[in-house]
Amino acid sequence: MQRAVTAPDAPPAKAAPRRGWLSPLNQRRWQNFKANRRGYWSLWIFLVLFVLSLFAEFIANDKPVLASYKGEILFPVLVDYPEEKFGGFLAVTDYRDPVIFEEIEANGWLIWPPIRYSYRTVNNEIPEAAPAKPSWLYDRETRCARYPQGADDPSCTLGNWNWLGTDDQTRDVLARAIYGFRISVLFGLALTLCSAVIGVSAGAVQGYFGGWTDLLFQRFIEIWSSIPVLYLILIIAAVLPPGFFILLAIMLLFSWVGFVGVVRAEFLRARNFEYVNAARALGVPNRTIMFRHLLPNAMVATLTFLPFILNGSITTLTSLDFLGFGLPPGSASLGELLKQGQQNLNAPWLGITGFVVISLMLSLLIFIGEATRDAFDPRKTFK
Amino acid sequence: MSAPLISVRDLSVAFSQDEKQSLAVDHVSFDIGRGETVALVGESGSGKSVTALSVLKLLPYPAASHPSGEILFDGQDLLGAKEQALRKIRGRDITMIFQEPMTSLNPLHSIEQQVGEVLKLHQGMSDTAARARTLALLEEVGIREPEKRLGAYPHQLSGGQRQRVMIAMALANEPQLLIADEPTTALDVTVQAQILELLDELKRKNGMSMLFITHDLGIVRRIADRVCVMTKGRIVEAGPTQEIFDNPQHDYTRHLLAAEPKGEPPPADAAARQVMTGDAIRVWFPIKKGFMRRTVDHVKAVDGVDITLRAGQTVGVVGESGSGKTTLGLALCRMIASQGGIRFGERAIDALSFKEMRPLRRELQIVFQDPFGSLSPRMSVAEIIEEGLAIHEKALSADERDRRVVAVLDEVGLDPQTRFRYPHEFSGGQRQRIAIARAMVLKPKFVMLDEPTSALDMSVQAQVVDLLRDLQKRHDLAYLFISHDLKVVRALANEVIVMRNGKIVEAGPAERIFRAPQSDYTRALLAAAFDITAAPEGVVSQ
Repeated sequence: MQRAVTAPDAPPAKAAPRRGWLSPLNQRRWQNFKANRRGYWSLWIFLVLFVLSLFAEFIANDKPVLASYKGEILFPVLVDYPEEKFGGFLAVTDYRDPVIFEEIEANGWLIWPPIRYSYRTVNNEIPEAAPAKPSWLYDRETRCARYPQGADDPSCTLGNWNWLGTDDQTRDVLARAIYGFRISVLFGLALTLCSAVIGVSAGAVQGYFGGWTDLLFQRFIEIWSSIPVLYLILIIAAVLPPGFFILLAIMLLFSWVGFVGVVRAEFLRARNFEYVNAARALGVPNRTIMFRHLLPNAMVATLTFLPFILNGSITTLTSLDFLGFGLPPGSASLGELLKQGQQNLNAPWLGITGFVVISLMLSLLIFIGEATRDAFDPRKTFK
Repeated sequence: MSAPLISVRDLSVAFSQDEKQSLAVDHVSFDIGRGETVALVGESGSGKSVTALSVLKLLPYPAASHPSGEILFDGQDLLGAKEQALRKIRGRDITMIFQEPMTSLNPLHSIEQQVGEVLKLHQGMSDTAARARTLALLEEVGIREPEKRLGAYPHQLSGGQRQRVMIAMALANEPQLLIADEPTTALDVTVQAQILELLDELKRKNGMSMLFITHDLGIVRRIADRVCVMTKGRIVEAGPTQEIFDNPQHDYTRHLLAAEPKGEPPPADAAARQVMTGDAIRVWFPIKKGFMRRTVDHVKAVDGVDITLRAGQTVGVVGESGSGKTTLGLALCRMIASQGGIRFGERAIDALSFKEMRPLRRELQIVFQDPFGSLSPRMSVAEIIEEGLAIHEKALSADERDRRVVAVLDEVGLDPQTRFRYPHEFSGGQRQRIAIARAMVLKPKFVMLDEPTSALDMSVQAQVVDLLRDLQKRHDLAYLFISHDLKVVRALANEVIVMRNGKIVEAGPAERIFRAPQSDYTRALLAAAFDITAAPEGVVSQ
């Protein structure tokens, strides 16, 4: 038995000791996560790819990153300059237009991103009918054949290569893949987070209050989840203009259900824990009990579940795009890339690119999910 | 003594986690002769269970390992034995019964299937032969009307009956050695006495040896021939039971022997201010049947109990499990619905809603049984203790709150510097102190203590009892002390209510009840607690 040395009225001796930003439990989880080498490396690869894709405008764009025109520094990536500025007449400057390009070059300089195409830039200089092969499959003569000065044209540079060819509307496949990756991941993340918030709250309420609340809510969910989602989306897509947020909202209507079961079970189990009863005996309001005492229990199950919901969301978006009911026409979408691959069997680079990007993305996420599961498994031991 | 049946030589057990090795058992040696009962005694964490589990190699290998030692059973080294050979020994030559009979039985299999499985597996019995033998075994372990129980599932049996079934399974193949790992810790004192009697009798009849693991010295004295006292993974003292009890050599053994809860309850004072009164309290749970869920009957958990709690006084509520002790306490604290009048101070509180009760909660605190379950594992000690303050004394600044936490930790005998740690870093006794601090920081008038000592080791129990008595004196608290452990009740309560099936069997001044109990039931409880002897059949439940 230890006896305290400080007097009862001693002032608060010291502030909480610094524990680093992770509690010991989370440190152990992080160790477990790192012990799964495949998941750990997947996380890094995914993070690098994702962060790069967030800056897609600086990697693949039809506007220069930085330009100097008549002594003025311009940021065409960030600001839309009217073409008047450079002596043209369009509302938005087309920097790929040789006239504008030469005008700026003559009065200053410009720095292009490594790929001079955005996801919707139409390349008018492809050497043969669309879809065009990857540029490195042509010799220099053919590659530059459509440029005004042929092989000697200054525009026929590496930056203007179509590294993975073009699709049937002569848009650069690599640029579309980069933008498509970004929109897929963002869509998946947004959908997962929103459904987690809704699903966890719904599950928490059901599990915590139990009884009639639980019974009625469960029956409602059974009916709700038996609605055929795909057909509903087809119908809604016919009425509402499809777009990122409309799609997100429609899919959110159904995807939150996935979390309810897990969270409800955790809350049902934990609501009779003694420390929850102890909190009730202290007079702690229900809302606080749910947040402070019960939610941390349910978070483990939810976090384990999260990567798989994320993958599911991405796959759903891709398949809707493939069917033509997804994002509006012209958007960078991996599903549309796959569809083009299916329609243009003579252009295997379309299908292969789509396949590689999607499978890479889903595999990375699954590996990360696996490692997350390991991290939260209290009984996992690594040898 | 002839050659020992089993001989543990120089056994060590190490657990490794994250490349760190910790030694749970440290070079332990002991023998068990034929027909002998050896008890391993020690507090939790002393390595006694781990020692027993390594006999059958039931530890979580490869996380566990044996850096040294051998276990010779009939000349065969069990530690080096192959898994296949071990499987033949487990359940046939050496069997085991565990602490928690609810979780040791498969909830999806009937009693007949579970007992029969052992017989079919090791003796290749046919269904009919196994059935006959199962019946005989159930009869032997004292289950009445075994024919009717064959098809029962574990949840349909009481704790004592479940433990009897476990014993029947362990005995099925007439083992030479029975390892009993705290087989009565989870049971009532009355049932504990019955089970110990049964084990003793069966041991003698079948000529088995027994390795008995417990932290309760009363049991050891009752059942063991020889004792090994373990602490921190070592056997510090070993010898015949009588010798150890009469003449303990090691400090730790003396410490254990001296650890009985002691002291006198505060003197009874009938003039003290009434803090809470309950008048004919009833808690009836409806039994609903049929499609329309008609209420056909009630489970009368508490049935017309009168109780008066006075400032500075303790009312002890005793009884077997299921007698309605805890339900009564929860009803008084208005944690569950009840009928009957409850007054708190001058105010009738039986009709208040949960929300209206909230401001009163501060004066009406509960300390729960399980100090491991009652503290949220994800909050630091300071956060746990502060939680109530933040609700009931909103005006306090963070600094003032912290000062109160420091003061209360000091009062319950914990170092205030430890308040930023998490509950898992504390021992059971320390956690119970934290739970008490959480109740005390609000300066309550009434505290319900729901078996606050029964999950603790003996020596810690005594300390917690002292602490509670101390706090009561200082703050003039009214205690409702619920326990099935009469030793603790005697040290704390000046008035006792004996309950059975929701009704009061006997009530009155503690001193009179302990000296001259009026009913058979009370006598049985007293005998089981102080002498560990079982009551005649029918007086207490099985």
